Amino acid sequence: MLDELRELYQEVILDHGKNPRNFRSMENATHKAAGRNPLCGDQLVVYLAVDEEGKVADASFLGKGCAISMASASMMTEMVQGKSPEEAERLFHNFHTLCTTDENPDAPEGLEEEVEKLEVLSGVRQFPSRVKCATLSWHTMDAGLKGEEEISTE
Amino acid sequence: MNSAVAPLTSEAFFDVEAIRAQFPILAEEVHGKPLVFLDTGASAQKPQVVLDAVEDTYKHAYANVHRGAYKLSEDATNRFEKAREQVQVFLNAKHSHEIIFVRNGTEATNLVAESYGRKFLDKGDTILITEMEHHSNIVPWHMLAEEKDLTVKAVPITDDGGFDMAAYEKLLDEGVKLVAVTHISNVLGTVVPIKEVIAKAHAVGAKVVIDGCQGAVHTPVDVQDLDADFYVITGHKLYGPSGIGALYGKEELLNAMPPYQGGGSMIKEVSLTKTTYAPLPMKFEAGTPAIAQAVGMGAAVEWLQQIGLERIAAHEEDLRAYATQKLAAYPGLKIFGTMPGKAAVISFTLDKAHSHDVATVLDRFGVAVRAGHHCAQPLHERLGVAATARASFGIYNRREDVDRLCEAVDFVAEIFG
Repeated sequence: MLDELRELYQEVILDHGKNPRNFRSMENATHKAAGRNPLCGDQLVVYLAVDEEGKVADASFLGKGCAISMASASMMTEMVQGKSPEEAERLFHNFHTLCTTDENPDAPEGLEEEVEKLEVLSGVRQFPSRVKCATLSWHTMDAGLKGEEEISTE
Repeated sequence: MNSAVAPLTSEAFFDVEAIRAQFPILAEEVHGKPLVFLDTGASAQKPQVVLDAVEDTYKHAYANVHRGAYKLSEDATNRFEKAREQVQVFLNAKHSHEIIFVRNGTEATNLVAESYGRKFLDKGDTILITEMEHHSNIVPWHMLAEEKDLTVKAVPITDDGGFDMAAYEKLLDEGVKLVAVTHISNVLGTVVPIKEVIAKAHAVGAKVVIDGCQGAVHTPVDVQDLDADFYVITGHKLYGPSGIGALYGKEELLNAMPPYQGGGSMIKEVSLTKTTYAPLPMKFEAGTPAIAQAVGMGAAVEWLQQIGLERIAAHEEDLRAYATQKLAAYPGLKIFGTMPGKAAVISFTLDKAHSHDVATVLDRFGVAVRAGHHCAQPLHERLGVAATARASFGIYNRREDVDRLCEAVDFVAEIFG
């Protein structure tokens, strides 16, 4: 029982949760979206700056939420930097499958390292009510890349 | 909460184990641990007497009510109307036809907004709510205000979570036509001095809707003594079934109000061009009601009265005091709502862990608490937090449950530092 809790709250998650990386707004963002989970009140804004070469030059976020949602957002903004929007989308879908099913999906080519890092969040599988926390920032980034300004998960 | 009752230990008041034995669900295990249910503020568990009342109705006396000229329908009607009388006694209403059965507290509030509000409120009128309302006592008024061009203002709370009487008096003027206020805050536990609130509103000609969904569970209610215009309760928080609630309204007000929904049961006569409406309470009960649920609610409130609301209040006060003392000892733990006389609802935050993380850890210890904004977002904005964890106590809780809660909070501290 407590093992599952320790699995969920691994050191790396607690670290990102307490000291989220890229926790700032961005003036020159090319994509920006707000995400909100009305059920629990979590809300965040994800900023992306996609450069002329079609790569994410900068990614950041602001918001408030639980350790899981903060850690997930923090890790996401770290790992999408330098990726193309398509690669970021592929990571999102891979991560979504990781959190919502019992499968360990094969990593998309060239993204093996990122997928391995994200496995640390797979503990949410044992906590169905917490999956939304882990995926909120990713859904928000996805909305931003699609040009939507606001999303809401329930 | 009831100052007339001396704060003795819970055991002195009643045998909590005998009460617990009446709740089959308390034998459940959660994640391999015995259930500690501290979310009674969201919905209470059901005693055997309620389960039996519902089952017995379905087994022996079920048919549609107010319709059939046959034994079974008469039996069902009798049970349904007896439930109305049980609720009447519970609230000390003058007449049983002042009790309108609805689906829940939310529907009761919407009934007042749509029926009373639409007819008696006009452009420019003000509705007063408070900062501590939950959404079901905010949104219906916003909807009405939008439709009729009314103003909704909120009475602030004091820093310790109390009802700000001085601010209320300032806001009360001739323009205020309706005051909608909770009896007990579902987040802060604050007991609003509603008798005084009502008297002051009446002095300027305003009517008052009391949301008693939390109030009637924790303290005796006498709508005549309060001079309440409307008082809202819901079955599921009173240890009764969900899907049933009741609106108390003064007879003269209910008579002056138009029907809420149209349909069967609420008519006197229907021709192709005109309908005349049934007298109270049927005028407001269109369609087949929640029959067995009403019977269950009647059984629940009668059971509560047999035990005694004062004794329950004293028992819960013991738990509140014990839990507050133990929780306050944790560094970084903040309790919201510290008004004297508050009910056994303890919302708290930990500085190092978000309330969802707290609730997740507690759940693995078998301890059920609610985390989030508890359907009271404006209040959380006022408190300056997005979310809190809430332990709400009921008739079946005991000091051991508080100890189990604290064990789990210890583990939160272990993980989050």
